Amino acid sequence: MADDPGGRDAAADGGTVARGPALSSRLARSELVRSLPFWLPPALLMGLFVYGAIAWNGLISLTEWSGLQPNPAYESVDLSQYAALLSDPTFGTAVRNTVVLLVAFTLVTLALGLVLAVLVDQQVRFENTVRTVYLMPMSLSFVVTAVFWSWMYNPEIGLINVGLRSLGLGLLTQRWIADPQFKLGAVVFALVWQFSGYAMVVYLAGLRAIPTEQYEAARADGASTLRMYRRVILPQLRASTTSAAVVLMVFALKAFDFLFVMFGTNPGPSADILAMMMFREAFGKTNWAYGAAVATVLFAMALAVIGPYLYVQYRRGEL
Amino acid sequence: MSTREVAGVEVDLSPSRVALYGVLAAMVAFYLAPLESGLMTALKTNDAFFGSSPFAPPAPAGFTLAPLFEAWARLQGPLTNLNGALVNSLFMAVPATVLSAFLGSVAAYGLTNLEWRGQTAVLFLFVAGMFVPYQSVLVPLTRFWSVVGLPGLLAGVPLLADRAGLVALTVTHTAYGIPICTVLFRAYYATLDESMLEAARLDGASAAGVYTKIVLPLSVPIFAVTLIYQFTQIWNDLLFALVLVSQPSNEVVTIALNKLQGSMVSQFNLQMAGAFVAALPTLVVYVLFGEQFAKGVAGETQ
Repeated sequence: MADDPGGRDAAADGGTVARGPALSSRLARSELVRSLPFWLPPALLMGLFVYGAIAWNGLISLTEWSGLQPNPAYESVDLSQYAALLSDPTFGTAVRNTVVLLVAFTLVTLALGLVLAVLVDQQVRFENTVRTVYLMPMSLSFVVTAVFWSWMYNPEIGLINVGLRSLGLGLLTQRWIADPQFKLGAVVFALVWQFSGYAMVVYLAGLRAIPTEQYEAARADGASTLRMYRRVILPQLRASTTSAAVVLMVFALKAFDFLFVMFGTNPGPSADILAMMMFREAFGKTNWAYGAAVATVLFAMALAVIGPYLYVQYRRGEL
Repeated sequence: MSTREVAGVEVDLSPSRVALYGVLAAMVAFYLAPLESGLMTALKTNDAFFGSSPFAPPAPAGFTLAPLFEAWARLQGPLTNLNGALVNSLFMAVPATVLSAFLGSVAAYGLTNLEWRGQTAVLFLFVAGMFVPYQSVLVPLTRFWSVVGLPGLLAGVPLLADRAGLVALTVTHTAYGIPICTVLFRAYYATLDESMLEAARLDGASAAGVYTKIVLPLSVPIFAVTLIYQFTQIWNDLLFALVLVSQPSNEVVTIALNKLQGSMVSQFNLQMAGAFVAALPTLVVYVLFGEQFAKGVAGETQ
């Protein structure tokens, strides 16, 4: 409303010339314009590297770019790389392993994290120390944990097999990371070790957010501890479960570093995942366009996980 | 309930309590086992680690610090070696951490404490950016840096002339760090007292004035969380370094450790010592600032 006098003057002066200042001063006062210098530069930098690169990757995947060709030929684009993917048996294996890794890792990590959170939530002494130790593996690089676990899994003198033998369970010893039957399982186990502390942190925060009256009410009703957790507590942890699951799946999609250090670029059909196949095709064999096509599939998988999640967050007004 | 409240004074010896502590202690052992086994192995001679249990401390005859010294020499050498892998990692991780935290802070301010329509759409892009698997940007990323031609651009710049790979890594980590930093700062800024900011605005403070005079000084705790978390993430990364660093003099510590493991196949004591040297900065940061790291971790979950 404060603009009105200026607006009337402007009309009297005859239109466009004086309408400028009024508009620009209104613009200058708008919060959008005032906010631009803050978020726009970071958004541009991030947008270029994240969304620009994703689009560019999609474009490259439509070309035939490979080997020593200096540039992708953008003139002729088609879906031939994707067609080739469908008839490539490695791709099918990699998709299957990626899904198995994602699902197994996420489920086991969540389950272990939940159990740990419930245990730590029993007003135990040394709670801080215990929490710190459980979360510690997450502060380590995949490179470091892969070096540790290669040693743990050493068939002759690694801790796993030595431990099994000392317990009289020598029958159970395996060549964990050499035997195709156990490879992926061994990777999942090590990743669970690394990230279950994270799931515990998320669940612990969820548990602490539940008002104590609800525990007491359930107790007063004579519910057993187990029953109370199943009926009263677990349903309220659904939000923690969803968000932890999404983050864990994204970690699993990034587990490339771990596999790369443990196995190199050829983990074999039993442990090959899409992220590895992409790297091998693009940076090992210089099949740039083919690698980009694998990358697009990987991105689509990530989108399938996070898209619905972000939409639900948005609907709940939590974004 | 009352037994719980006095648990600090009296020792509750009920079987369920004992079992609870037993399980918690067993899990402590589980999480520490790979580190313990690694550390013990790093302190043993070749004969000792082949001949003894991987978790047993070294016997006096089998004790040695040689693997630690050799790993240090391979990953860094003397601290004055400015092309050592540890120094290289610091050289790119510190600026990338500070830059991404600062950019996240200003972006979060613009997207939280200034109200305008369409904010959610922009915010959506930031949050989604957190979850993008890096493989899906890798080919264009390497293409981008080769088109930019950083070594040529930096040729005359002192200190950076032979560090093109590290500069590319710094910029790349900064860019991909912005989403998580923004999310961490936004969650914190949303809790700031709006009436205080409004009062400053009515006093005639500009948006930048409100940021530097009020918001920034209040941001110290969240800066601590973000810096700790980002530093750990950037230090630990292997993938970007694999594709962006070609000169051996620009190798970061994750690359150097991977090479060490690949070339010293059955020298497990040396491999373990290398793992500890490479993890040292993040372990120190974690032991000193575990609380902040845990908050950063929780921030991933919004």
